[in-house]
Amino acid sequence: MITAPPEPRLRPGPATPRRARGRSRQNLAGYVFLSPWLLGLMLITAVPMLLSLYLSFTDYDVLSPLSEVEWVGWDNYRRMFTDDPSYWHAVSVTVTFALVAVPLKLLAALGVALLLNRAFRAVGLFRGLFYLPSLLGGSVALAIVWVSMFNRDGAFNSLLGFFGVEGQPWVSDPRYALETLMLLAIWQFGAPMVIFLAGLKQVPAELYEAASVDGAGPARQFWHITVPMLSPVIFFNLVLETINGFQGFTAAFVLSNGEGGPVDSTLMYTLNLYINGFVKLDMGYASAMAWVFLIAIGLITAVLFRTGRFWVHYNDEGNG
Amino acid sequence: MRRLLRVLLLIGILAVVLYPLAWMVGTSFKSPEEIVNNIGLIPEKFTPGNFSAGWNNFQLSFGRFFLNSVLVSVATVLGNVVSCLLAAYALGRLRFRLRGMWFAIMIGTLLLPGHVLIIPQYILFKSLDWVGGDFPYLPLIVPQFLATEAFFVFLMVQFMRGIPRELDEAATIDGAGPYAIFRHVILPLSRPALVTTAIFSFIWTWNDFFRQLVFLSDLSDYTVPVALTLFIDSTSESAVGPMFAMSLLSLIPVFLFFVAFQRMLVEGINTSGLKG
Repeated sequence: MITAPPEPRLRPGPATPRRARGRSRQNLAGYVFLSPWLLGLMLITAVPMLLSLYLSFTDYDVLSPLSEVEWVGWDNYRRMFTDDPSYWHAVSVTVTFALVAVPLKLLAALGVALLLNRAFRAVGLFRGLFYLPSLLGGSVALAIVWVSMFNRDGAFNSLLGFFGVEGQPWVSDPRYALETLMLLAIWQFGAPMVIFLAGLKQVPAELYEAASVDGAGPARQFWHITVPMLSPVIFFNLVLETINGFQGFTAAFVLSNGEGGPVDSTLMYTLNLYINGFVKLDMGYASAMAWVFLIAIGLITAVLFRTGRFWVHYNDEGNG
Repeated sequence: MRRLLRVLLLIGILAVVLYPLAWMVGTSFKSPEEIVNNIGLIPEKFTPGNFSAGWNNFQLSFGRFFLNSVLVSVATVLGNVVSCLLAAYALGRLRFRLRGMWFAIMIGTLLLPGHVLIIPQYILFKSLDWVGGDFPYLPLIVPQFLATEAFFVFLMVQFMRGIPRELDEAATIDGAGPYAIFRHVILPLSRPALVTTAIFSFIWTWNDFFRQLVFLSDLSDYTVPVALTLFIDSTSESAVGPMFAMSLLSLIPVFLFFVAFQRMLVEGINTSGLKG
């Protein structure tokens, strides 16, 4: 799916001094143009990664100089896995969130994309309006609105009242707080929807015509043409949304005023990491959490890619 | 007939999807009593006073937070556009040793969650006295000038793949080196990718919360998202209207970008296929 762009073609012929000079010139130019990125890779990514790996084996509170860190070996990891119930709680909150919100978001995206796919005049307008929540939804402002909407006096309860159902303060009830955050995530289905729409446009119409001729109804056409043809796009969205889903922070922070409540019900992994690192100033422990997080995300992505082999069909294999 | 049903269904879904936004607009014009009693969309009595109350809710005017956000966002746009373009040109068009390896590493960083690096970055920036320093936005801005937003590098590499190689070859025959080709061929032709990068990087930075929360410590340095969370601490009934008013104001720049560049944004996530 993602490969390095092809090397520029060189004209055939023996290496002349002129070409050799051209090549070393390109070599130098390549590194000149790449230098800001290389610097960033070293200073902003690689060095911090190594530092955080080191810190994860230490006890460190930021306030004292770096020279005073205390090496504690595997203690942080031991504590995380065996001695910190809130850690496992945060893991389960995050996994629950991703397991529910990601599939539902993708289903909503696919469903609306299918409805939109058959062209009619206002399709561009619809597409844009459905996409709007994806642009706004990650902001603090929208999280504030969302939380108010599911409060006791919020719009959601008035809607329930309309149907004669007694409302309640959903966001302050530990049984439902996380669900309101899932809804917020699902509400932003526009971004994957746009990608689905583009994918649907690539499915050749002849396939459907041939299937109709053979007597296949809409359901069979969906399962035997649309789904397989769309599988690379489904896979792409799945990977992306899963990785995003595990990193939800802003809405949980806003709902719980940065504490993960009520009763830790919205303690997402990244929020827990933030609390340990920047509120409790337990930076060594938080670094260990960050590394476990990184490895977990890596493993999940790898598993997705593995399973993808069984159900993702690449039509144009070999020329991606 | 089926077509009509489909359009009606779509309109129904759209109404549900847009309801929260409409409700936000309506609520930001409601008086404190109405916020409790009238949960409908339209306020009975328009209360524009929420905006002035919200604007002056803290010791500092909200205008200050807006200015701070503009500063951070504009600087980020500038940094991303310049630095990612340079990196993309090297990775996408030039031939040099280890290029394949660097490209693979760039793709790797694409999937690297920002939360993993935030602690060591904080420690580094703090040891440089950048956190809460003379110019407190250095930790937010400097990384953007070093092409750390791999997504934009990737987007531009993808775009540059579409620029015909023959142009480079013709320029080479005319005696142009890599710098001249960059200046006279790639730069002018990459404008659409640059605009997409600029818009997305503005919107993402404007909405970003995590990094701004971590790196900004003084009220006078706060950006809009961080300032908005101050309202949550004080959710007395009377603060809800002003809180909604300021939330609404904060989304207007993003909304305007959406109106102006809708097509480009939608196409932008298509060509590169990314989040939103």
